[in-house]
Amino acid sequence: MTIDARLRDGGLSKSDFANLQRRLFLKRGLSLSALTLLTGCDITNTGPVDGFLRMISRMNDGVQTALFRPNKLARSFPESMVPREFRYNAQYGPDRFPIIDPTTWRLELAGAIASKQPWTLKQLQALPQTSYVARHVCVEGWSMIGRWGGVPLRTFLEKVGADTSAKYVMFRCDDPINYSSSIDMGSALHPQTILCLTYADRPIEPKFGAPMRLKATVKLGFKQPKYVTSIEVTNQYPGGYWEDLGYNWFAGV
Amino acid sequence: MNPQSEYVMLHPRVVRYAHWCWAFGVIILIGSGWQIYNQEPLFGFSFPHWLTIGLGSDEGAERVHNDIGLAGALLWHFAAMWLLLISLSVYVIYGIVSGHFRKHFAPIWPRQVLSDVFYFFRGRLDHRLGMRNAVQKLLYVFAVLSMIFMVWSGLVLWKPVQFEELGVPIGNYEGARYVHFFGMASIVLFAIVHIALTLLVPKVLPPMITGKARRSAVAVEAQGEAL
Repeated sequence: MTIDARLRDGGLSKSDFANLQRRLFLKRGLSLSALTLLTGCDITNTGPVDGFLRMISRMNDGVQTALFRPNKLARSFPESMVPREFRYNAQYGPDRFPIIDPTTWRLELAGAIASKQPWTLKQLQALPQTSYVARHVCVEGWSMIGRWGGVPLRTFLEKVGADTSAKYVMFRCDDPINYSSSIDMGSALHPQTILCLTYADRPIEPKFGAPMRLKATVKLGFKQPKYVTSIEVTNQYPGGYWEDLGYNWFAGV
Repeated sequence: MNPQSEYVMLHPRVVRYAHWCWAFGVIILIGSGWQIYNQEPLFGFSFPHWLTIGLGSDEGAERVHNDIGLAGALLWHFAAMWLLLISLSVYVIYGIVSGHFRKHFAPIWPRQVLSDVFYFFRGRLDHRLGMRNAVQKLLYVFAVLSMIFMVWSGLVLWKPVQFEELGVPIGNYEGARYVHFFGMASIVLFAIVHIALTLLVPKVLPPMITGKARRSAVAVEAQGEAL
């Protein structure tokens, strides 16, 4: 007699019960992996290996969240180590980066934010600024020291009345590939996560994300989008350009 | 302990499981690591693409996403790292606590190593199951230390800010890239020698899988651990 038949008859033994529990566990495990497949949408590969690897990647997000130290600052370097020109790195060549008019540029706000009026560059420049010399680490392996300045994202989020208990902050960009990326709220509130307006004490150049890019010392480079035009605070996993293609979402350093 | 038993236990379960975790994990880590290396080569060369591990068709990925497969390589690398981290930790703790290291790897006398190398090249180095000669001891210690350096430098590359303190002795992020590269090179070198020697003396392979060997085939000194 099958377990299901015995269940109907009411004659379940202890070992049947253990079997049932195991089956339920397996079922739950399967739906968990199905979920991870769904969240990583728009993938070129959706085979079982890819699903498994993405499940591990989700697990690594959790491990990194646990390892994250909210007040740990990145190491600082002497001013003399800051190069005037940073390394250009984008999906498009140095002849295709967008040139945005800083006077008409607006920063749109969406999601769990109390006051959603768009911000101008002048308004951002009027907020308290911070700057630091730190190492920028790229997912490709290279790293480079630079000096970045701007408005702490924490200051900005508090100013616009964002729900800082929400999970994610999503950034969308005005560039040739509609770049986007999202970070966890913990990293968003880190003191060195800034709405970056300057590099080496001069306004950032169009080549490097003008008029505003995100800069964070606790994330890899691809998590620090350039040419940002909108910020959304949300509890729904928003993904991002590279994240949807399989890069690890948390990508903290 | 049964003195009548025909078989003796040569390799404890922990050692065997750790060994095969490394064999599997290290191949994935090196294959995907080479693809990650190719994105930003430290030196003036790249690894042949067909030797690397990534996901799917890289030409397709490049055409559609301008990505030459880094995403897949990273997924493999950061999954297999757990296999190495966990198996190496279990093995090292076991090795210290059980006395496995003390018993099988210490001491290594330089004079013994030299004479064993000399015997090896004259084709007269004896391999008795259950015993490790000085060259073997040295090679195994070298391999385990290389893996420890790989985990160490790997943690620094993964988390240069959160694990900043860990990076100081090995030159921080950029220093860790070199340590990670040369650690990989050491392991590749070891693997070549290790596999070549196994092919020369194939009788050592079955005990590494089953753990057991016939009492009659095993060195007298190693017969204490009967089944």
